[in-house]
Amino acid sequence: MIGRMLLQLAVLLLFAPLLPGVINKTKALFAGRKGAPLLQPYFDLGRLWRKGFVFSRTTTWVFLAGPVVGMVVPLLAVLLIPFGGLQAPISFTGDLILLVYLFGLSRFFTAAAALDTGSSFEGMGAAREVTFSCLAEPTLLFALLVLARGADSLVLGAMLGPQLAVQWQGSGGPVLGLVAVCMFVVLLVENSRIPFDDPNTHLELTMIHEVMVLDHSGPAFGMILYGAAMKLMVMGALLVRVALPLQTGSMALDLLVFLAGLLALAVLIGVVESTMARLKLPRVPQVLVGTTLLSFFALVLVLR
Amino acid sequence: MLLLLILFPLAAAGIALLLPWHQGRSWLLPASGALHLILVGLAVAEGAVGHGPWIGLDALSRIVLVVTSLLYFGCALYAVAYFEQHRDRGNKVIVPCLLVFLSVMSLAIMARHLGLLWISVEATTIVSAPLIYYNRNQLSIEATWKYLLLCSVGIALAMLGILFIAYAALVGGGVPVSLQFDTLLSGAATLSRPWLHAGFVFLLVGFGTKMGLAPLHTWKPDAYGEAPGMVGALLAGGLTSVAFLAILRALQLMNAAGDGAMARQQLLGLGLLSLLVATVFMVRQPDIKRLLAYSSVEHMGILAIGVGIGGLATFGAMLHLVNNALTKGCLFLAAGNIQRAYASKRLSEVHGAIATLPVSGYLFLAGFLAIAGSPPFGLFMSEFTILRGIFSRGETLVGLLILLLLAAIFIGMGATVLTATQGDPVKLDTAFNDNFLLVASPLGFLLLVLVLGVYLPEPMQTALREAAALLEAKP
Amino acid sequence: MVNLLLITVILINFYTLGSARLVACIRAVALQGGLLALLPLATHGPSGHALLLGVGALTFKGILIPWLLLRAIREVRIRREVEPYIGFVATLALGTLVTAAAFIFADFLPLAAEHLGGMFVPTSLATMFSGFLLLITRRKALTQVLGYLVLENGIFVFAVLLSEAIPLMVETGILLDLLVGVFVMGIVLNHIGREFSTLNTKRLTALKE
Repeated sequence: MIGRMLLQLAVLLLFAPLLPGVINKTKALFAGRKGAPLLQPYFDLGRLWRKGFVFSRTTTWVFLAGPVVGMVVPLLAVLLIPFGGLQAPISFTGDLILLVYLFGLSRFFTAAAALDTGSSFEGMGAAREVTFSCLAEPTLLFALLVLARGADSLVLGAMLGPQLAVQWQGSGGPVLGLVAVCMFVVLLVENSRIPFDDPNTHLELTMIHEVMVLDHSGPAFGMILYGAAMKLMVMGALLVRVALPLQTGSMALDLLVFLAGLLALAVLIGVVESTMARLKLPRVPQVLVGTTLLSFFALVLVLR
Repeated sequence: MLLLLILFPLAAAGIALLLPWHQGRSWLLPASGALHLILVGLAVAEGAVGHGPWIGLDALSRIVLVVTSLLYFGCALYAVAYFEQHRDRGNKVIVPCLLVFLSVMSLAIMARHLGLLWISVEATTIVSAPLIYYNRNQLSIEATWKYLLLCSVGIALAMLGILFIAYAALVGGGVPVSLQFDTLLSGAATLSRPWLHAGFVFLLVGFGTKMGLAPLHTWKPDAYGEAPGMVGALLAGGLTSVAFLAILRALQLMNAAGDGAMARQQLLGLGLLSLLVATVFMVRQPDIKRLLAYSSVEHMGILAIGVGIGGLATFGAMLHLVNNALTKGCLFLAAGNIQRAYASKRLSEVHGAIATLPVSGYLFLAGFLAIAGSPPFGLFMSEFTILRGIFSRGETLVGLLILLLLAAIFIGMGATVLTATQGDPVKLDTAFNDNFLLVASPLGFLLLVLVLGVYLPEPMQTALREAAALLEAKP
Repeated sequence: MVNLLLITVILINFYTLGSARLVACIRAVALQGGLLALLPLATHGPSGHALLLGVGALTFKGILIPWLLLRAIREVRIRREVEPYIGFVATLALGTLVTAAAFIFADFLPLAAEHLGGMFVPTSLATMFSGFLLLITRRKALTQVLGYLVLENGIFVFAVLLSEAIPLMVETGILLDLLVGVFVMGIVLNHIGREFSTLNTKRLTALKE
């Protein structure tokens, strides 16, 4: 079991920064540019680590707690999710709630760190981020409940087990499709992607997530970037498990398929970012509520 | 033969579209109307029954067909003079629409397949919308829109009702699943009950919207109020009778299945509600055409009550169908004349109609007396028969309520009509004069109603009795 | 396949209820009509009747009617936003509740044995209610027409169950009626636009009592 834990952590730590790289490359290709190299995020992290800290005098320990928690939480969360053919190292009944609220914890600390700076831009971004995540939470929970119903169990490992493959081919296919779409929307919201937030904007008034981390620098910023990439990978892992429930039996092959699925997800996110425009801010709650109703509808379908 | 009744107005509509000559187009209308009337007379006289599973004539459709054809012919004659007065607005669209209207109305009356019935009733809605819109002002657009949307939605619900009935056949398993009316009638006992009842309710609601039963009548005052007089006559006299016929078909089905009592109760309820609503809105009504629209709601209510009681009252309802159609024809045409003369239909401007426009004014007054049920007009006989039926069934309370409401309507309507017709002559801005064609039809209708009030010819009695027999519950 | 089609139909209902752009709504209803054209083929197999019905539904509901409506928008030159009486979120919430209720209610209906537990009846009921919701909660006259079309789509879903009862001629007649109906509605919309310079039905309230 220790071996499995270490293996999952290693895969997470090594593979996570590749995803933002793939997304940026996809966006560049769409725009007709050559774009940064795929491994650029690794170089960025290395560069940031070699820099020094700069702290504002108005901040407290909360300011550093934000990035640290942001990096630790995905490491803990990944232990609850089965990677590829691997079993989840830690699993117990109801661990899906722990998963959702671990991310809630990291969000709390990020927002607290933002408020700690005392700057109005960060406060504005924190307020927006918290509102949107608040609206996205029921969607995720409903989606997980659908999976739980399908597996008749509240253990995450069992929910993402082999019965998914059977369900896809049977009459439960459309429901799983709905669940996948809902989880994709939640992924976009939580990771601040278009159409909910523009990661490339430089105008503070339009930022949501980027403005919260505006004051961090050096290794702290590196921790934030790393944490964000790992969060993307963990949430993406959930989605890839639902969408591609292949289990060939060979651990290496399953892992390979899983990583390929994650890369495909990154490409998909890149495509979505390149083809869609950002939603008007008042529309975002409407869309999120719509997604919640969609996942509720999926739940109703499954509960019949 | 029956097919001709449907096809030749369509051909005439085609000719009307191609004809570049305004007068010629107008005369196409009474020509078609006359031909239609003659063909209908022949069909009824020789007792033509059917053309197979799609169209056919039974006792009920014969009555409605004759009345509608007569009404159409009268309105068509009126139309010639009307279009002469409205040369500026042209008749290139309205004449073909009127002819197609005749065709689909005949189709709806003769349909023996529920699907065909639905298609033709929906078609009448669509085709009558341009008719209401003839005046092309803001108010008539609003009226047309409400009419189009409300009636289309209502008829969509009627479609659901038809589908439920077909589903009743599917679940019941006895009769082959089909929407052909005679097949359904013969196998009605095997239809699944809950689906049949649900289907009846939806059919009642859907076609009741078209007929104008409360609470589905809200489009009526607007549509009849803004439409030209002859369109109002056709809608109030013809289309409502057709919608009523559709409801009667549903009632026949319920009777054959043995659940006629429940259906009749619902009809009775809606009829009483219509009567009540009409009374409330007819008192102090300042607009003469809206007054007539509410009167139409009232009489549809009386029809529903008559059929809802059963027995003698059904015979009365059949007689009332005929009388109401003809009287509404007279009233709307006369009101149209008055409106044209005064360039308004509100009581603030219309008074002294008898002095200013003697013929139309007297026709309007006499029409009011007829529609309110005073002897010696035919409506008195039909309402009396219905009330006799009610009291003989022991429903004294219902009968007393109806009498009370009818009295209130008489007073309310009388106040408006008398205000409009009595008084000193008014100097008219419009150079309008009653000419022959404009008054011949309403006068003719009124005389017919008068005759029917005094003497009911034997063949007509038999026809009405046969029709009522079709609606009686099978033991 | 059938279930996938029916779920997509319900999703399109939700989209139409929540969308703020008129053109998007029209395209969504067109897509719904097109999907419904595939339904008879998926349910009853490729028989002649089903094929003709599918082609007819596709042409009328999927192509001609949306074309008429888009032309109506262009001619009228209105603001292309939907204006609801109650907010989008409230409409969507109502729509979802009603859909859920339809699913629960359908389980209590005395259906024929082969239709129990299926998705036809709930989808039909849910679509009809969504159509009604659109009709009632929207101010623009054009969205009322869309609500009517969604209502008709819901009834069509139910009618697919009864294909053997409804001969092809009747189906064609129904589709034709729908087409001509929308055509006339389009013309009236055009005139409304010209008279009032808006399609907002708030202006269509002059007739009272």
